[in-house]
Amino acid sequence: MKKMSFIMVAVFLMISASLAAAGTLDEVKKRGQLVCGVSTGLPGFSITDEKGVWHGIDVDGCKAVAAAVLGDVSKIKYVPLNSKERFTALQSGEIDLLVRGTTWTMHRDTALGMNFAGVNYYDGQGFLVKKSLGVKSAKELNGATFCIQAGTTTELNLADYFANNKMKYETVVFDTHDQTAAGFDTGRCDCLTSDQSQLYGLRTHLKDPASAVVLPDVISKEPLGPVVRQGDDGWFNVVRWSLFAMLNAEEMGVTSANVDEMKKSDNPAIRRLVGLEGDKGGSLNLPDDWSYQIIKQVGNYAESFERNVGQDSPLKIARGLNALWNNGGIQYAPPMR
Amino acid sequence: MIIHTPHPDLPAPTTSVGAIGWLKRNLFSSPVNSLFTLAALYVLYQLVPPMFNWAFIDANWVGDSREACTNDGACWVFVRVRFTQFMFGFYPETEYWRAILAFCMLGSLIGYLLIEGLPKKGWVAGFTIIGYPVFAYALFYGGWFGLPVVETYKWGGLMLTLILSTVGMFFALPCGIILALGRRSSMPVARSLSVVYIELWRGVPLITVLFMSSVMLPLFIPENIRIDKLLRALIGISMFQTAYMAEVVRSGLQALPKGQTEAADAMGLSYWQSMYLIVLPQALKTVIPGIVNTFIELFKDTSLVMIIGLFDLLSIIQSSFTDSKWLGFSVEGYIFAGLVYWIFCFSLSQYSQHLERKLHTGHARM
Repeated sequence: MKKMSFIMVAVFLMISASLAAAGTLDEVKKRGQLVCGVSTGLPGFSITDEKGVWHGIDVDGCKAVAAAVLGDVSKIKYVPLNSKERFTALQSGEIDLLVRGTTWTMHRDTALGMNFAGVNYYDGQGFLVKKSLGVKSAKELNGATFCIQAGTTTELNLADYFANNKMKYETVVFDTHDQTAAGFDTGRCDCLTSDQSQLYGLRTHLKDPASAVVLPDVISKEPLGPVVRQGDDGWFNVVRWSLFAMLNAEEMGVTSANVDEMKKSDNPAIRRLVGLEGDKGGSLNLPDDWSYQIIKQVGNYAESFERNVGQDSPLKIARGLNALWNNGGIQYAPPMR
Repeated sequence: MIIHTPHPDLPAPTTSVGAIGWLKRNLFSSPVNSLFTLAALYVLYQLVPPMFNWAFIDANWVGDSREACTNDGACWVFVRVRFTQFMFGFYPETEYWRAILAFCMLGSLIGYLLIEGLPKKGWVAGFTIIGYPVFAYALFYGGWFGLPVVETYKWGGLMLTLILSTVGMFFALPCGIILALGRRSSMPVARSLSVVYIELWRGVPLITVLFMSSVMLPLFIPENIRIDKLLRALIGISMFQTAYMAEVVRSGLQALPKGQTEAADAMGLSYWQSMYLIVLPQALKTVIPGIVNTFIELFKDTSLVMIIGLFDLLSIIQSSFTDSKWLGFSVEGYIFAGLVYWIFCFSLSQYSQHLERKLHTGHARM
């Protein structure tokens, strides 16, 4: 019995010791590599091209952190995770950072022991309808048939919305993206509903993409962002400010192309952004040029957005909510001073 | 004297020989059969030409981007552009030769063992079982002799499917035989341990085993100990498959008449001698179809590793559908995946039939 309790104490000490030394930032620096959890394939967010190179707005989130901490966006190990194992991978320390189109909810933020470092994409559930229906708003969809993908919160949101507005609807459930789009294409339903960021991708599957429109209505809030473990504030700050640096760079018009020129600028806000004045990297425990490296190697938020999901990509998603606060959106980063 | 010469046989009526005769016997032997034949022909006529057109005549073969797919048919360009990724996953392009070398070597080792009458087969078999896995792992992973390290998370595609299934098979057969013998043993401890193992692992679905290995296990072990995800999956698959293999082998042991063991005992052979010389050769021969069946099943079941985020052949093809440059070519991808799986499974099945014919000693009831 005595021996048993001794072993238990030893195990407990071992675990608490490893937790006390948790400093993810130091670990990443020592390892020289960031381990970043991404999705197994979400158009525009994290996908691999035919060379096996990762792209997407979430992947840029990983790259920004790697640029800030290690000064090199290639020092990343991407761990593709599905929606079920993503939280375990983070909790168990298999990954340092999770950027996987994860919706920020109260339960996840509190009960699951995670912290959301910000929002890199404001998503919400929307509708794709046939142009020929002549529908302008979701309120006119009473009695419509919906194509939806199985096993998502989509169905629950839809039920809530229609019950609230006292309207009737029917659903046709499919298994994958492709099948859902095919069902919509062949006229099995009048309307397709999913997260808005997905709708644009689904629309490009259609035989004639111009025959369908995405309605402006959004019936749920889906703020997606990078996630870290709770209780490691130093690392949380690094991830959070890597995102803010990209947003601030866009606000000040600093891009990957002109950042070297901007270094000569007299504007104190820009000089602080590129690490020439102020606190620089000191309080984050990062090199002084951390934000310069993010902008140089990844670009500002607008560049990342347009390249992956916006006008320069096949998805062609409009900025909408994801525009900066001074442009009609709600992306807002605190000042860097 | 009258010599009776029988009239030479008349040739059979033209309606019962040759092509017409065959048709009449097999396809139009009764009104109902004729009706079915015509219906089947109509269905084939409706299905085959459009599919053939789609897959070959109207298909797009050349080019390197989506814009090259101008015809109505299949866009094989998609498969072509991604072909090396489907084969090797994210394995670095400059290191493909390592994977190819390892598989060619396995192929030639097995080929050597299959061709009859070659010398020193015992040594080759020994190397295949003990030396080769070490060599193959060293080649895949690298880190010695100036080979750069390729971490397991970069392994994928057909290569990963083959690794998972061959490792599974390598472990399942010997361990399964031991468990089957254990279950029929008269020693209570060995027997109950085997029964518990088999019933435990056979009682859970493979998907649960994989899920446990990837989601639950990391929570139980201390944070600073990391077990590679691929290794966890490999262990899970091997343990699971061993239980199935044990039951297949046990069915062969049970099919053997009791007289065989009794005769071996009467000759004064020890337990292991009688197993090795008398029982197992006969038992394993009877269950070749069962063993190959389990292997084919395993080969296809490896696609379940998709749920733990490993990119085997099927999941890497599926993930390529989400590339926004190539949305909407899932049919081509699935057909390619199906073709690759079919080639492997069909070859395995053909080989097993060949083996059955070769070892046929009259025990089988035709």
